[in-house]
Amino acid sequence: MSLLRRRKVPENERTQVPDPNPDGNQKDKKIIDKKIEIQKSQKQQSKWNCVDSCCWFIGCICVVWWVLLFLYNMMPSSFPQYMTEVITGPMPDPPGVKLQKEGLKAKHPVVFVPGIVTGGLELWEGHQCADGLFRKRLWGGTFGEVYKRPLCWVEHMSLDNETGLDPPGIRVRPVSGLVAADYFAPGYFVWAVLIANLARIGYEEKTMYMASYDWRLSFQNTEVRDQALSRIKSNIELMVATNGGNKAVIIPHSMGVLYFLHFMKWVEAPAPMGGGGGPDWCAKHIKTVVNIGGPFLGVPKAVSGLFSAEARDIAVARAIAPGVLDKDLFHIQTLQHIMKMTRTWDSTMSMIPKGGDTIWGGLDWAPEEGYVLSKRRQRNNGTSEDEATESKVKHVNYGRIISFGKDVAKAHSSEIERIDFRDAVKGSNVANHTCRDVWTEYHDMGFGGIKAVAEYKTYTAAEILDLLQFVAPKMMERGSAHFSYGIADNLEDPKYQHYKYWSNPLETTLPNAPDMEIFSMYGVGVPTERAYVYRLAPAAECYIPFQIDTSADDDDEDSCLKDGVFTIDGDETVPVLSAGFMSAKGWRGKTRFNPSGIPTYIREYDHAPPSSLLEGRGTQSGAHVDIMGNFALIEDIMRIAAGAKGEELGGDLVYSDIFKWSEKIELPL
Amino acid sequence: MGSILRFLKLCVLEPVKSGELYEKKAQIKLDNEKKSFEIPKIEKKDKGSSEEKKRKRRPSKEWRCIDSCCWAIGYICTIWWLLLFMFQCLPGLKVPEPPGTRLKREGLIALHPVVMVPGIVTGGLELWEGRPCSEGLFRRRLWGGSFTEIFRRPMCWLEHLSLDNETGLDPPGIRVRAVPGLVAADYFAPGYFVWAILIENLARIGYEGKNMYMAAYDWRLSFQNTEVRDQTLSRLKSKIELLYVTNGNKKVVVVPHSMGVIYFLHFLKWVEAPPPIGGGGGPGWCAKHIKSIMNIGPAFLGVPKAVGNILSAESKDVAFIRAMAPGLLDSEILGLQTLHHVMRVSRTWDSVISLIPKGGETIWGNLDWSPEEEHVCNSAKKKYQQDFDNNGNNSDSRRLFQVQEPTKYGRIISFGKIVSDLPSSQLQTLASKEFMSNNSSSNSNAACKGLWTEYDEMSRENIRIIAENKAYTMKSLLDLLRVIAPKMMKRAEAHFSHGIAENLDDPKYNHYKYWSNPLETKLPDAPDMEIYCSYGVGIPTERSYVYKQSPSGRCNSIPFQIDSAADGSENGCLKGGVFFVDGDESIPVLSAGFMCAKGWRGKTRFNPSGISTYIREYKHKAPANLLEGRGSESGAHVDILGNVALIEDVLRVAAGASGSELGGDRIYSDIMKMSKKINIQL
Repeated sequence: MSLLRRRKVPENERTQVPDPNPDGNQKDKKIIDKKIEIQKSQKQQSKWNCVDSCCWFIGCICVVWWVLLFLYNMMPSSFPQYMTEVITGPMPDPPGVKLQKEGLKAKHPVVFVPGIVTGGLELWEGHQCADGLFRKRLWGGTFGEVYKRPLCWVEHMSLDNETGLDPPGIRVRPVSGLVAADYFAPGYFVWAVLIANLARIGYEEKTMYMASYDWRLSFQNTEVRDQALSRIKSNIELMVATNGGNKAVIIPHSMGVLYFLHFMKWVEAPAPMGGGGGPDWCAKHIKTVVNIGGPFLGVPKAVSGLFSAEARDIAVARAIAPGVLDKDLFHIQTLQHIMKMTRTWDSTMSMIPKGGDTIWGGLDWAPEEGYVLSKRRQRNNGTSEDEATESKVKHVNYGRIISFGKDVAKAHSSEIERIDFRDAVKGSNVANHTCRDVWTEYHDMGFGGIKAVAEYKTYTAAEILDLLQFVAPKMMERGSAHFSYGIADNLEDPKYQHYKYWSNPLETTLPNAPDMEIFSMYGVGVPTERAYVYRLAPAAECYIPFQIDTSADDDDEDSCLKDGVFTIDGDETVPVLSAGFMSAKGWRGKTRFNPSGIPTYIREYDHAPPSSLLEGRGTQSGAHVDIMGNFALIEDIMRIAAGAKGEELGGDLVYSDIFKWSEKIELPL
Repeated sequence: MGSILRFLKLCVLEPVKSGELYEKKAQIKLDNEKKSFEIPKIEKKDKGSSEEKKRKRRPSKEWRCIDSCCWAIGYICTIWWLLLFMFQCLPGLKVPEPPGTRLKREGLIALHPVVMVPGIVTGGLELWEGRPCSEGLFRRRLWGGSFTEIFRRPMCWLEHLSLDNETGLDPPGIRVRAVPGLVAADYFAPGYFVWAILIENLARIGYEGKNMYMAAYDWRLSFQNTEVRDQTLSRLKSKIELLYVTNGNKKVVVVPHSMGVIYFLHFLKWVEAPPPIGGGGGPGWCAKHIKSIMNIGPAFLGVPKAVGNILSAESKDVAFIRAMAPGLLDSEILGLQTLHHVMRVSRTWDSVISLIPKGGETIWGNLDWSPEEEHVCNSAKKKYQQDFDNNGNNSDSRRLFQVQEPTKYGRIISFGKIVSDLPSSQLQTLASKEFMSNNSSSNSNAACKGLWTEYDEMSRENIRIIAENKAYTMKSLLDLLRVIAPKMMKRAEAHFSHGIAENLDDPKYNHYKYWSNPLETKLPDAPDMEIYCSYGVGIPTERSYVYKQSPSGRCNSIPFQIDSAADGSENGCLKGGVFFVDGDESIPVLSAGFMCAKGWRGKTRFNPSGISTYIREYKHKAPANLLEGRGSESGAHVDILGNVALIEDVLRVAAGASGSELGGDRIYSDIMKMSKKINIQL
């Protein structure tokens, strides 16, 4: 503010010190002096102006910021909640408080198994460019490094393309402890709400364990590299021993469900491949497995993810701002980088739809056919089911997980001309040099291969595997050593002792533990990706040659086709069929997959979006991750942890058509 | 907002005016000036116009101050950022190569899994359940981290960190638990490393989460209670077994620090003892699972600091503050009574008792004698230099410096400076029974504002008698503590013992309260194991205190305090009421080194299987300048974890080296000589 000061100073002097002898001459002289002074000062003013005002501005902002910060810190911590309650009415008690009043006490130790993506990863050894990131999170947290050094980040997050393990000189490891997945990013809870509620009835570090693992690796590799499975085994044993012999309640979420399935087989299998726990390890140590949003039979999203590195969200982004993602602008090539990175992650292949056409439907048939989202809602509201309207509903071929063109997706199978792609000759490298260092396996395919893929027109779940085999041979070669997607004919076959079958519920038997219980808890009522309409990308040079055809839309209100994606009931990520089928049919009663007759329960949670922004992600959400904050689900889990059985919870709680759909699936049990 | 607009207007418009309309403006200004010159004269006549002027001028005057403040702050901020930016751009100060990188080049690779056992205070504690005042702190750190809650809600914080006075466990409705994982003690506060540097260097030779484990425990509890409440010992056992199995049956290298050393000693006995009080690992467990124990700054025989702490909640630092600003800590300004609160809280922590000096007068000296009596304080540095220069005749040089009367370190607490020097014949001491007897009337309890320390239950008379007893050695000190803090000692004596065993085969020594005292337990039967005592030397360390009665007799003051006016001569070891010896600032050499130097050396009754012991001392060298931070050659108790030589030793052992490959003993202090003087049956 020296500007003002400077301007005023002469005036001040003048007013404060009135001239003692205001003679004419002197006065004139003075005035001239003043004039010069003013000239000087004004010159100085203009010099100082900009810097000063900048300083002033910065200072002002700082001060305001500090004041706000101070006020914020002074604010009693209950203030936001108070405001929310004023606006939206009183909030229901969190389940922890409610159940604490009921007198529930911590009983069984609890093990959390986080899913893909939600667990944090930190750097233990890196290349030069990752200096200063030692033991900092690369994945999870603020993701600051993605913006600061994107290429470095991609390099460190990728795995080796051949082995599926660490690239040389890079060690990225999962964060351990509850902090691994309580919050994915600041403020974005995953397990935190559940943990806080469990703590209310007496849980703490010694009775809770986060089985964090490197979710990029194939399941068996987490044991090979990090001994993650041994760790889980030892921790469960310890927790059972130190909690007075109370068996553990396992709560896997998302891909963690498959991971834990793998674990249950691993732990009873003999060493060296298995954990050598003996045939009754699970019966001795596990009370209940509470699967939350489990993609038992895979998710169609994984296919599009692997095929073109996109899901509905990306497809929408492309529709809104065409070109942004595909452009070579700034040499970013975002999608290609993402694709290259994700294709080194073996774990994504664990979620390719399993069970082939039997489960997911053939060209003309799918278990879910006749589904109308809006109709289910009505029915839930109380109106009776109307068989007649259902039969009128347009026929959707969910079985065709990928179709090229909207017409193909709708046409009857006899009308589609398909040219087999499997023998198609892959062309020589397409302009590999022009694509800079972004290499995806598509460059190896050449135009011929790409065309052949498109000409096959439509793919069912079984054919998807061939397609991926064709499109990404290296990845599938790695993946097929670790995962299998079929249905076992004869489970006694010794080949099923190999670990690659362990995470596929259709190719393994559950452990011999009749006292154990298995829950499938998942959200319903959110449109979930089920099948895709694809097209060839316009420019097929350096880009990923296929993309979701976002222009494919049905005019019909009720239609399931939107932006090139057929949606179905589910939790936004996992379709009901995948999450519920095993508990609804595959394991229900004594089946060949469940020889000891472990009781299974389905608990569905109907999605209700948060009523206002203040509620954040809602307490009744059914979405894949947000369901972890669903009060009904938390209450169920807490009751189980405190000792309740499935019957005491009320058995099945079903909103969707899962039982009807399961019936339609013909699977020898 | 208005001011901003106004300012912008001025800024933007002024230059325009000054350019184009300069002449005109100057003219106007001149006119104005003329007018205003006339103001004083014609004020009364022309009131209207002058008021108009004032109105114009006033608003600008009003916000001038705020504006200049803003300007100043902005200016400072900008300069700060600029400097910061420049600092960032500097071509990296030449950082000495971390030992990890060097050793990796040598070809060292992670071999044995490493278990770290943090000491007292350095581990983080977080809240799991609390009173209403702690809302919003769920799973936040109460201890460690930024400590912001102390300032925001100090009483609440104290309440949550206290333990129950009767049981030594959680008070009802409060659960504060140790933070698990490496984060528990890598940094104590942001930027203040504890284990972080060691972890980083281990990582360079290939260590990661799967072969490193931080055995975090609640350091406020007595050792056995960590098992009772949290099953921490079981956890540690299971983790070590897991590390052993998953790393190709490689034995574990344990690196305990400070109090973690005696915690791990407790664990060694616990794990082999049969359940229910033990871990049931069987007699071969340690031999099977542990390769070596690298004790860093070990408090084997306790620290005299703990006594000062319990007696009057003060140590050197506090006494120093009191000397600098008398009255600050003791006065009741703002109703803070800091020391009392600290005392009350820390007296509920049983673990503090584990650090009381062990071994009584045999180890710590009696009224007239102590093993360190030849120690010469200020000349310590010179002496070491001479040690380096002429190894041959260092004994002569030591004689030279030893002109003064030997300091009577054995009197751990003396009342008055004179007493600390008097020969014992002139001292009149009471039998401990005497001051324990009349323990009746309590002081005015009500007046103490709810702040209760056990001193309030003691009468003035008692306090006077205690002070008149003049000097306490380690033996009478325990009696003193029993009088002063009966509740705490009662709780703690069920968990800790401070004597020397006569006969180690006595079945009473199977009780867990003896397990953390190296003088009352045997080491496990594991002849292949190695034990290192690694500690810093060359820093004056508290050894005994000169006390006085607090001047004020009010109920609220702790009746004793360190007499910070007591200073010795130039070369003396007495400074600010504290006698110093060689050590690492917290632990005297005697406590850290004696067991390795004598108690366990060879086959002794404390070490029946003849586990080999090594002493590794690290000479303290203060950081050369501020940029070095806490230095890479420090010998101070915590900073030694960043000592390059120590890190190198740990890395080498972790990578498979044995003690003799490291070079055996490495001694700078008089530990061997001191140990020789201690007359203990081995």
